[in-house]
Order: sequence, then structure tokens, then C-alpha cells
Amino acid sequence: MSAGAVRPGLIVLTLALATPALALEPGERMADTALETRARALSSELRCLVCQNQSIDDSNAPLAKDLRLLVRERLAAGESDSAVMSYIVARYGDFVLLKPPFNSHTLLLWAAPMLCLLGLGYALLRSSGRFGSSAPVPTSDALDPDEERRLKALLARGSDA
Amino acid sequence: MIVEFGHFALILALVVAVFQMVVPAYGARVGDVRLMAAGDTAALLQVGLVAISFAALTHAYIVSDFSVLNVAQNSHSTKPLLYRISGVWGNHEGSMLLWVLILAVFGAAVAVFGRNLPMSLKANVLAVQASIAVAFCAFIVLTSNPFVRLVPAPADGRGLNPILQDPALAFHPPFLYMGYVGFSMAFSFAIAALLEGRTNAAWARWVRPWTLAAWMCLTIGIAMGSWWAYYELGWGGWWFWDPVENASFMPWLAGTALLHSALVMEKRDSLKVWTVLLAILTFSLSLMGTFLVRSGVLSSVHAFAVDPERGVFVLAIMVFFTGGGLALFALRARDLRQGGAFGVVSRESGLVLNNILLTTACAVVFIGTLYPLALEAVTGEKISVGAPYFNMTFLPLMAPLLLALPFGPFLAWKRGDLVASAQLLKVSGLIAGAVLLIAFAYGQKGVWLAPFGLAIGAWVMAGAVAELAHKIKLGTATREESARRLRNQPRSVFGTTLAHFGVGLMTIGVIATSAYRDEQILVMKPGQTTEIAGYTLAFKGLVAGRGSNYVEQSGQFDVTQAGSAVTTLLPSKRLYDSPPQPTTEAGIHASWRGDLYSVLGDAQPDGGFSVRLYFHPLVRFIWLGALIMFIGGAVSLSDRRLRVGAPAGSRRRAAAVPAE
Repeated sequence: MSAGAVRPGLIVLTLALATPALALEPGERMADTALETRARALSSELRCLVCQNQSIDDSNAPLAKDLRLLVRERLAAGESDSAVMSYIVARYGDFVLLKPPFNSHTLLLWAAPMLCLLGLGYALLRSSGRFGSSAPVPTSDALDPDEERRLKALLARGSDA
Repeated sequence: MIVEFGHFALILALVVAVFQMVVPAYGARVGDVRLMAAGDTAALLQVGLVAISFAALTHAYIVSDFSVLNVAQNSHSTKPLLYRISGVWGNHEGSMLLWVLILAVFGAAVAVFGRNLPMSLKANVLAVQASIAVAFCAFIVLTSNPFVRLVPAPADGRGLNPILQDPALAFHPPFLYMGYVGFSMAFSFAIAALLEGRTNAAWARWVRPWTLAAWMCLTIGIAMGSWWAYYELGWGGWWFWDPVENASFMPWLAGTALLHSALVMEKRDSLKVWTVLLAILTFSLSLMGTFLVRSGVLSSVHAFAVDPERGVFVLAIMVFFTGGGLALFALRARDLRQGGAFGVVSRESGLVLNNILLTTACAVVFIGTLYPLALEAVTGEKISVGAPYFNMTFLPLMAPLLLALPFGPFLAWKRGDLVASAQLLKVSGLIAGAVLLIAFAYGQKGVWLAPFGLAIGAWVMAGAVAELAHKIKLGTATREESARRLRNQPRSVFGTTLAHFGVGLMTIGVIATSAYRDEQILVMKPGQTTEIAGYTLAFKGLVAGRGSNYVEQSGQFDVTQAGSAVTTLLPSKRLYDSPPQPTTEAGIHASWRGDLYSVLGDAQPDGGFSVRLYFHPLVRFIWLGALIMFIGGAVSLSDRRLRVGAPAGSRRRAAAVPAE
């Protein structure tokens, strides 16, 4: 990857952009603004399958355009948001969803943030805080004798070096 | 000839790095002062050799020596000088050489500024630093040599991708690498401490400035990349949760956590084990960023297997340093004695909360970035993890972090008083409340959560100022007394205030521009006008132009506001000469209220042009916030108490000052 130094992802994405067409084009939009708003919201959750990490709303790839039109077609036919999404997932698979579905394969993905938070919180509070332990928590800002001794030792070591 | 000289210097640098890896560490083991001191000489020699090597490659780029394969592939004789120079690191091989140069500069900085370090610690740090240099020099020499000749030399080069010919992007990689590589210092100190089996507050005092310097550079480097994406990619997006962005964001999050935990260690001798672990992890994440970006593993698990040589090499480097560091940690961490206890409500526990949230945020980005790769490798199933996932998991972690932030500096070490702190933050709370009400009154069309986000940003900014005001007793002491206190505050206090203020400002920019963005996508014919965000734009037609290495066609839009002329926007489509590649350049009118952003699209059959107009409110706060964070870091770094090179006398005085 010769352009590795400078965000290949963005480069790929920009190369795609550099083709004449831009993302959503004026002609694609629906006359009904409420439907168009829903279409935009759905588009931002669907992945452009031939791009790297880009939603179909942002992408100008022909396939993304097809998908944008497909979303609008289904919405115009009166389908609900979830019906449109399941129709597209049925055709393109879970890969098309920028927000992965919750299932046995993504369990860890969705549970991980909470597990990390709890695990880290427990470990750090446990090991560093000594909350509830018998160690007395000093009440004043003055150094205790042990701290004084360590400070002296540190200063002495610092001036030797 | 100069090119061969550069190649030779690089090989010599590798040899010197091997020496520096072995000799000082052995000296520290047997207690031989001369062997330990050899590390200094080696570090200086190494930086000299790598600098020669880098200068040789840069020279080849400046004079456009196309007999060098790397130059022929990535440069062109008509490119402006700035981009001929930035082209040196605009490709894999050259950027690795820059990586090694920065590594060598940091190593030399230890030798020069670390005169106060205990000899054995310094020798071990230099040895660890050199081991990283050995790995990467060998990587360049064996797999990514930028000095390979090309026979016959072509008449001209292939050129640099035009979208990379940009001032912000010219300096984006060097800052990013200074960040990545700067964290190697924290790593080297952590490993040296584990080897010696001891760390103390003084250790944290040495590590913190290096971490701070790296963090600053990474902050500004990421901000530059984001700014570039904003104006260059054509629709004003500034963060995409792209894996490559995440690769730089993870070390930033871990590094931010490290800065704060090192503070606890420095002031209170607590959180030692955690700080050392974080130092190892932060640099490991930097290495992983390098691996993710270089190996091609991101585009697909299979791309990695297609050209495995470099990928496997970087993977081996990453596994060696991360695995080795963690293994050493597992063996030795027990020796690090835990320090002072603290209460549930205290500055320490505030910083622990900061660390829990930042590290979890980092883990979220890590999992979101790597999960699709892991899942595909294990089950073959392909899923996408994009912006919606990160927004759902990352933002809920940031909200409590930012809400708690202003309290931190008000809490005393050991045992703080939450109620008293809250009273001192009364004014900040009122300001945040006012922002909340105003946002609800004026911003109906946005997401309902947005006003809370804006209020949190204002809360953080006001809290940062309130802390400084409290320190100088603004309003409670006489004006002279406050002024005197202001002058006598250590610079690190201003650094903290600035950095936290920048975080608040950035929060406001992020929320405002995400929630209240205005857009118009339409077809315009010359002579037509349209309105957006209070501006009136009149499309006058097309203007042709020619730059030094491109031709362009711009749409001319005269912008007026309430009848008076504001500016003329010229969004354009460019065609570069070499490589012949079209790009779109946005026309942007920036103001404090926000940016008016215009993009020229295709000609339509009816004689009109598709035009995209956006209004990004307060968007510049994002990068201004990052810049203020950078400046805060710089101010803090200029504090004598932090400077490693400060003479022993002043250090003693500084140490006698009670913590805060």
C-alpha cells in the first residue's frame, strides 16, 4: 500500500469522490419531505458496499446510487423503515448495515463496552483506591512521617544523579 | 551518489542501534558507568546517521532524481517545492524513514536532556528505545528501502496524488508520527522501570513531559487530518470513524488517560501499576495503528495475505513489543509498591474515573475497529461496524466524562469535598443552564439531545475558567492580590485550564455542526439565486483557471447577507496534470457563526449545474478546540517544574513546593 502514510481509507474514499458524480444528487430526492427525511436517515445507516466505510448517503459510487433509489422506491410504496431495511438486508446481507444487528455473532461487540466499563472500574477501584480497606485515609494535606521520609529520599537521589 | 550515501547511513544507523540496544543495558546490569555512558554517544550518533539518510532522500525529491524508484513513483518535476518535500513522507517507504528519524530524535533527547536521570535508568531507557529503532530500521532496510535505484530513469515521475497536495496534509503525518513515536518514550521508561523493579513519583515526573509532548503532537496531527478531510472531501464531514482514523484515535485516548494517571503517580505515588501498564498499552496501540495502516489488513483480511512481507514484519514488531512489554509487566508489576490511599471523593478518584472512562472509550474504538476483522477470520461472516455503532457506544462514555471534568481540579488530593466543589462551580452551572435554555429556544429543528451537548460543552469551558478564577481568588481577594496570584501560578495551571477549555470548545463545535447542519442540494442555472442560513447566493456562471499543475473550472457564487455583499465563493473542479486526476475543491466562507460550504457538481442536461450548499454552524470550534488543547500542552511543557533538563537546584526547589 504505497499511500499508507496518509490515510488510505480516506484516499480510497476521495478517489471515489473524484469521479464526476457527487453523493446524493438533486434529481434523486423525493418530493415528499417527510419521506425524504426518512430516506436520508436510512441511507446514513446503510453501507456503500463497494466503498471503504462510507454510507450510501455520502458515497457517489453507482451502486450506492442504486441503493439510494431503492430505499426511496420502497418508501414511496408505503413501506415502513424496518420493512425497507429488512428488504435490503435480505438482498445484501448484514454487511450492508453500518450498525451491526444484535445476534449471537455480535453479542461480544455489543456487550463489550459495558463489560469493559465494569471490569476496568472494578479492577482500578479495587487495586488503587483501597476503598473500604483498613488503610486509613489521611484527612489533612500535610505529609505524614512516611511521606516526609520518602520525599527526603527522593530528593537525595535526585541530587546525586 | 548522495542516494547511496543515504542508504549507507541508514545501514550504519541500524548497526549503531544494535550497539545502543546491547551495550548500555549490559552496563546497567553490571554497573559499568562507561558502558552506560556509551548509550548517550550512540543515541547522538544514531540521530546524526538517520538525519543524513533522511536528508539524502529529501535531496533526491527536491532535485527530482527520478533514477530513484521511490521518487519516480511518488514525485513529479512540476510539483511545487512544498509538495516535493512533503512527498518524501507521502509514501510508505519515506514515511517509515521519517518514523525512524523522529524515533532517533526522541532517543537523542533522552541523552541530551536526561542528564538528571539516574544512570542505570537512562541506560535502560536508551536501550529499549534503540530496540525499537533496530526493529524499524531493519524493517526499512529489508522490506521498504526508499533508496532503490531505477534503471533506466524515466523522464518524469508519476506524481503525488493531487488530493494529498495540500498544506494541512503536508504536516499531518509528521505531527502524527511525533505523537505515535513520542509515546515510545513512555514505553521505554515503563520497560526500564520494570527491568529495574522500581518506579516512583520522580519516574512519573520524567515520563509526563514526554507523554505530554507526544500527546500534543498527536492532538494537532489528528486535528489537521480532520480539517483536511473537512474541506477536501467535498461534503464537510470531519470525522468518519474510519479504521485509519481510529488507528490514530486509540493511542490518543490511551495517551490522554496516561497523562492523567501519571499525574496521580507524580503527586501521590499512587496508581503505579496502572500507569506503567497504560504506558505500555499506549505505545502498543501506536504500533497497532502502524500495523493496521501498513499491512492492508483493513481493506480485507485477505489483502493481508496477498502481500504478506511487510504486513507480517510489522505484525512481528507489534507482537514482540506488545507481548514482550506485557509479559515483563506480568512478571514484574508485583514489585511496584502501591502508594498513598485516598478517599472515595478525592482528586485521585476523579482521575481514576477519567481513566476508567477514557480507557473504556479506547476499548470501544478498538473493538469496533477490529471486530469485523476477527469475525471474518473466525467465521467468514462479514459485518460492518460504522459510525452508528461508535456514536451509540462512544458518546455515552464521553457525557459522564465531560460532566465530571470540571469537578476534578476542584477536589483536593486524598480527600475532597464534593459539595464545596459544586458550590465553586455554581456560576459554571448557571452558564450551562442558560446555554441549555437558549439552545432549546432557538434550535428546535435539531435532535433533542443536542442542547444538552451544547450545555455540557459550555459547562466544561466555564468550569475550566472557574478553576483558574478560584486559584487566583478572583472576586474574593483584592484585584491586586488576584493579579499577583495570576502571575505566580505555575504554567502547568494555565496548561490545564487551556486544555480543558479546548475540550469544551470542541464539544460545542462537534454538537452544533452535527445537529444543526443545514443543507441544500439543487440544480442551479447561471443567473439563479438561492438562500441558505441567512445568506443569499447568486450563481453567476463558470470561470476557467489554471494553477501551477492543474486546470480548473470554478462556479462563481456571489454571496450577500441582508443585501450587503459578503464574499464570492468559487467551488471548483480541478484536473491535475500528473497524475491526470479530477478533484473537487469546495468553496468555503468561514465565520464565527459557522462555515458556508459550497460544492460544484455536474452539468445537467438542461444547462444547469448540480450544486450542494451546506451551512456548518460553529464548525471551526472543533479545530480551534484542538489547537487550544495543543497550546495548553505547550504552555504546560514550558513549566520549569516539568522540564527534565532543569538544573538540580531548581528541581529541588520545585519539589519542595507542596503539590498544587
